[in-house]
Amino acid sequence: MAQAAIELIGINKSFGAVRANRDINLEIVRGTIHGIVGENGAGKSTLMSILYGFYQADSGEIRVGGQPASIKTPNDAIALGIGMVHQHFMLVDNFSVLENVILGAESDALLKKSIAKARSELERLEREYGLEVDPDAIIEELPVGLQQRVEILKALYRGAEILILDEPTGVLTPAEADHLFRILKQLKEQGKTVVLITHKLREIMAITDTVSVMRQGTMVATRETKKTTVEELAELMVGRRVLLRVEKGEAEAGGVKLAVKNLTVKDTRGVTMVDDVSFDLRAGEIVGIAGVAGNGQSELLEAISGIRHAVSGSVMLDGKPIDLTGKADPGELRDRGLAHVPEDRHHVGLVLAFEENENSILGYHDDPRYLKGPLLDIDAIRNDAKDKITKYDIRPADCRLKTANFSGGNQQKIVLAREMEQDPGVLIVGQPTRGVDVGAIEFIHKRLIAMRDQGKAVLVVSVELDEIRSLSDRILVMFAGRIVGERGPEASEGELGLLMAGVEQREAAE
Amino acid sequence: MDIFIAIVQILDSTIRLSVPLLLACLAGLYSERAGVFDIGLEGKMLVGAFAGAAAASVFHSAFLGLGMAILISVAFALIHGFASITHRGNQIVSGVAINFIAAGSTIMLGQHWFQQGGRTPALAPGERFEAITWPGVDAVRGVPIIGPIYSELISGHSILVYIAFLMVPFTWWVLFRTRFGLRLRAVGENPAAVDTAGISVAWLRYRALICTGILTGVAGAYLSMVQNGGFVKDMTAGKGYIALAALIFAKWKPVNAMFACLLFGFLDALSIRLQGTPLPLIGKVPVQFMQALPYVLTVILLAGFIGKAIPPRAGGVPYVKER
Ligand SMILES: Nc1ncnc2c1ncn2[C@@H]1O[C@H](COP(=O)(O)OP(=O)(O)OP(=O)(O)O)[C@@H](O)[C@H]1O
Ligand SMILES: [Mg+2]
Repeated sequence: MAQAAIELIGINKSFGAVRANRDINLEIVRGTIHGIVGENGAGKSTLMSILYGFYQADSGEIRVGGQPASIKTPNDAIALGIGMVHQHFMLVDNFSVLENVILGAESDALLKKSIAKARSELERLEREYGLEVDPDAIIEELPVGLQQRVEILKALYRGAEILILDEPTGVLTPAEADHLFRILKQLKEQGKTVVLITHKLREIMAITDTVSVMRQGTMVATRETKKTTVEELAELMVGRRVLLRVEKGEAEAGGVKLAVKNLTVKDTRGVTMVDDVSFDLRAGEIVGIAGVAGNGQSELLEAISGIRHAVSGSVMLDGKPIDLTGKADPGELRDRGLAHVPEDRHHVGLVLAFEENENSILGYHDDPRYLKGPLLDIDAIRNDAKDKITKYDIRPADCRLKTANFSGGNQQKIVLAREMEQDPGVLIVGQPTRGVDVGAIEFIHKRLIAMRDQGKAVLVVSVELDEIRSLSDRILVMFAGRIVGERGPEASEGELGLLMAGVEQREAAE
Repeated sequence: MDIFIAIVQILDSTIRLSVPLLLACLAGLYSERAGVFDIGLEGKMLVGAFAGAAAASVFHSAFLGLGMAILISVAFALIHGFASITHRGNQIVSGVAINFIAAGSTIMLGQHWFQQGGRTPALAPGERFEAITWPGVDAVRGVPIIGPIYSELISGHSILVYIAFLMVPFTWWVLFRTRFGLRLRAVGENPAAVDTAGISVAWLRYRALICTGILTGVAGAYLSMVQNGGFVKDMTAGKGYIALAALIFAKWKPVNAMFACLLFGFLDALSIRLQGTPLPLIGKVPVQFMQALPYVLTVILLAGFIGKAIPPRAGGVPYVKER
């Protein structure tokens, strides 16, 4: 019988009225990769934060390697060989990689010695696990994929035998994710134990040995990965059957709603991010922009929605130009029927310190529906928020809760609900389902298609190829700032993948 | 030669006038780098000045005075910590409250204990920090240029002046060369990173505030026991706020802080020197104008010349992990 690396027995945790974890029992076998899946707000991050000593359980017992363990602070967890890569990275942005790695685990009171020691150890770890990062690079200058490596290195440097990763692939490109999985497999071969939280069931099937499913704070099932299917997991998570691919009819494209012509955008360093891009978006269709993250999609979105300066080109909304100086009035664009769900909802889409109902009308607070004379009509706002909460199944269903206290996926739903319920003529969405669970993905996809069927124009940018393929009526592939191809929804994954890697383009050039 | 002597004299008073600013500025640097804004530098200096002068005159010892100044100032720093770290109160409100308490309590206790209208008794020579004369001063005094610089500028200050300037490289060393400094800077940027690395955020911030308290204590002692022979009510006269301006100006870096404080000290020295003296072309400049100059300069420089001052990212925000 394989030995348990970790046993959680009867764990309970409440945040105020929210019971994030109820009576959780979980056993994680040493030397395996154990997946945890569950809806947004199911309590996955909370459970793992308890194991890591970041939160304290209200009741329950933790055993590590068979021994009862009292984990009161992350320090206790680290001492027991537990390391964690958090959903939102815990790095000091303006420190170097080395400084971040040694923080809290310095071998000496003077930095010089600690750093010298850490440097050789870090180099060994980097070589051993293929986790190459420049030890002297500053964190904020590194792409997210590398930042995540630093988090893993931090854990390994502290001698972690058990590594918890909370939604590590949410921010990674497919290639980066593949690399991460190779590393995780290697860790497993070395006898380490890995706990992996993810919403991507395909990843669970590909890499885990065992998978546990959480729903609304409880642990509902644990399965051997070999003996389960994506469909079963999805059903266990949501408690009903889920359509992994939403049905949709033929698009009936109408007149041009949004016309982008020769748009060129440079970033602050003067590097061309969007290079002479032109396309039309028609009423009644969904156009998907596929591409590996960082190929200009974000900049394209921002330029079209008027928040980023474009060097040249034009964007016409219903035949009238949009101000491309980067200083467009977002309120005016909203009035003209352009809604925008930004990619980075945490920073751009929400005021985390506000109550949910306030965020659910943010930007539309001038709408007469929410006003009583010159004042906000609080009752109307709250009722409106409650409707959206019911419709989009936002949990917990409390419109007075501070937005920061919603789980990552539920925060996404708050923004989506706000923008989609305004019934805009043109909807621009960046990463519609990043960090969102399968049940919610199904719902969001259905809503987007319903909008299309009502004759709205929808532009979707996503790094998830599956999502692009199941939603779009036309697919534009972006590579190095250019649109390198247009395909129909029937295009194969392989074909799109090649385009995204820029292969076709090179052949054409030859 | 007259002009040279005048310059040396102005520089000499520049040093004297910048010392309290420098100590307070470095004090603020410790707490703000750790993510705790401290608008209460002013108040802590004031209680330090009062406690120092009071203890020195009662116990007839300059060093006991200094010790008491530090003790009381640290106590006030801990009150700020209790309100803003342990109870996650608003740091600005807590700092302002400390300034009010300091201004009121020093006058009240001073009057109650010494009955001199809020002053402490004038300090006798042994109760103050005296100027230290460096060896060989008399020998080199006659030498042109080097003589006056050595005897006026370098020699002839109290021990606290030298301590203040030594604190600059020391603070730099602590911040950038020690484990404590690394953690302190980290907690001011991202306390969650420090917490998950297994270090107590609260304890780390308390330690930073203790450093702040020590330095404001010394700054206060300098005011009442070196610059002045006793405590006078409200004697800090806004120096705590200028120190904060200097800190922003210095972009939270120790060596920059020294230059910023020297600049403010220089303007102060200049304004004293030029009082009543007509300037060529401009004529007589009102005293008030010269006194306002440091503040005007701060606004102008901050507005455009020094570039963007980026404060520690977690500054001013209490650390909350369970909301
Ligand atoms: N610090 C907190 N304060 C108050 N409530 C919290 C806090 N952290 C989490 N919650 C609540 O606890 C519940 C579980 O949250 P948790 O973050 O564990 O979910 P999750 O399963 O990780 O979801 P997601 O997939 O969206 O990340 C949610 O309802 C959330 O609103
Ligand atoms: Mg989570």
